[in-house]
Amino acid sequence: MDPNLRRELLLENYQHPTGHGLVEDSSYIKINTNNESCIDNLDIMYKIKDGKIEDIRFDGEACAISTSATSIMVQKLIGKTKEEAQAILDNYEAMLDERPYDKEILEDLNAYDEIYKQPNRKKCALLPFESLRKIIAKM
Amino acid sequence: MNREDFEILNQEEKLIYFDNSATTLKPNQVVESIVDYYTKYTANAHRGDYDNSLKVDMAYEEVREKVQKLIHNKKAKEIIFTSGATASLNMVVFGFMKYQLKEGDEVLITKAEHASNILPWVTLAKEIGIIIRYIPLENHIVTIENVKNAITPNTKVISLAQVTNVLGDERPIEEIGKLCKENEIYFVVDGSQSVPHIPVDVERLGIDFLAFSAHKMLGPTGVGVLYGKEELLERLEPTSLGGGMNATFDSEGGIEYKSLPSRLEAGTPNIAGVIGLGRAIDYLLEVGIEKIHKHELELKKYATQQLEQIPNIILYNKDMPNGMIAFNIDGVFSQDTAVYLNHYHICVRAGNHCAKILKEDLQVKNTCRISFYLYNTKEEIDELVRVLKNSEEIFKVVL
Repeated sequence: MDPNLRRELLLENYQHPTGHGLVEDSSYIKINTNNESCIDNLDIMYKIKDGKIEDIRFDGEACAISTSATSIMVQKLIGKTKEEAQAILDNYEAMLDERPYDKEILEDLNAYDEIYKQPNRKKCALLPFESLRKIIAKM
Repeated sequence: MNREDFEILNQEEKLIYFDNSATTLKPNQVVESIVDYYTKYTANAHRGDYDNSLKVDMAYEEVREKVQKLIHNKKAKEIIFTSGATASLNMVVFGFMKYQLKEGDEVLITKAEHASNILPWVTLAKEIGIIIRYIPLENHIVTIENVKNAITPNTKVISLAQVTNVLGDERPIEEIGKLCKENEIYFVVDGSQSVPHIPVDVERLGIDFLAFSAHKMLGPTGVGVLYGKEELLERLEPTSLGGGMNATFDSEGGIEYKSLPSRLEAGTPNIAGVIGLGRAIDYLLEVGIEKIHKHELELKKYATQQLEQIPNIILYNKDMPNGMIAFNIDGVFSQDTAVYLNHYHICVRAGNHCAKILKEDLQVKNTCRISFYLYNTKEEIDELVRVLKNSEEIFKVVL
C-alpha cells in the first residue's frame, strides 16, 4: 500500500473511528480488552442477530494504531457470519505473524502489513483481536 | 555531568535517555565491578575458607556499610539485600504485617502509590481482614493535615512512597514519621524514587521500613534493599527458607534460624548485584546526591520554561520541585507521543506508570514522563523541545 494512502486511512480511522462510543442497549454483550503492555484499554460491545454480527461498538483510550485497527476491523466484521469473520481474523493474524495469507479478503486491513517491522507496535495492531476472537467463538 | 563514564552515551548513534525513573544508565565503574567479580574472584559468599571466598564475603558484607552511609541507619545488620523494592515491600507485608496485624486494623496508603505498595496490602486484606484506606490527595499531593485526619484509633500502618513515580511529588515524610511515632503506627516507606535523588536519613525521618532498588540509582537490575529497625526485623518471619539462613535443622522438623541479616537472605544471594550496588553508592556519594538533585532541578526549570511556550503541550507537575516532567501533547495518546520521540532517539515513558488508580484523582489515565539524572544536559532538552515544537508531523512519523 502506498505510504501516504496508508497514513491517510489510518489517521481517518483514528480520528473518526467507526463504532466509537458505547450504547445503553441490553441486546449488546460487553467485553473489556487490556493490552498487557499496561497502557491501552478498550471496552467492546457487540450484537449478534440471525447468525451475523449486527453491530460492534467500542470505547476507551488507545493509541493511533490500536484505535484505527479496531475501527477498520469493525467495518470489516459487521454483517459477517461466524465463518466469514473467522476467515478475516485468521488472515489478519497470519499477516501480522508473517505467515502466508489472503490479501483479497483483508482489504483495508492490508494497511497493517508492515507492522511486523515494528515489534513494539504489533501488540497495538492486535489489541482488539483477542476480544473479537471471543465474540466469534460465542456465535 | 560525568557523561564520559557512561559508555552507552558515547556510541555513534546518539541516545537521549529521559527514562531514569524507570531505570538509570550504568557507569563503567559499576559494570567493571561486576565483571571483576565474575572474572577475577568468583566464589560463593559465607561458605568457603579459601582466599577468593573470603574476599567475596568481605566485598559483599562491606556493601551493607555503604548502604548505611547512604541512608544513615545505625547498624549494618538492619540492611537486608533483596531482589528489589518490590521484594522488599512484599517481605514487609507478608513476613511482618501478616503476623502483627489483625482483622479490622487499618493501613493508610494513597491512590498515587506504585502497584508494589498496593497489591500486597490488598492481598493481605483478603487473607486476614485488615482494612485499606486511601489518604485523600490535595491537588494530587499528600498534606500532613490529610494524613492527620485519616488516622483513626485502628490505624496501624502508613505505607507511602517518599517520592511518587508519576508526578514526582515528595511527601512530608519527617512530619508523618513523627505522627506515626506518637500514634504507635508502623511507617513503611518506598524509597525507589527518593534514595537515588535526594539525601535520605531514616533515623531523622522516623522510618521503620525502607525499600529501594539498585537499578534506579546507577546499579544493576535484580538487587535491592530492605532497611528495617533491628527490633522490627527481629520479628520479621522469613518468607523464603533454605540455605544460608538456618543455623541448624533436624528430621523432627526443628529449625533454628541464623541471626540478622542472614536470617532474611535465603539461598545464594545476588553477589554480583550487591557488589555493583556498592560501587554505585560509592559513585553517587563521590558526585554528591545534593549536587545531582540540584542539577535535576535546573534541568526541569530549563525544560519547563520552554515547554510552557509550546501551545499544545499540557504539563501536569511543573511546580513540583523534582526532576520529573509529566506531560501530554493535547489530543495525542501518550504512547503515540513516546513512539514519535523514539524516532529522534529520545527515550521517555508513556502510560500509567504502574499507578493504575491514580487516574481516579488525576482525571488523566496516561501521561508521558520525562525523568532526569546526572548525565542529562540542556542540549538534550533543546532537542526535545525542537521535536515537540514540530509535533504536527507526529502522525507522519508514527503511522
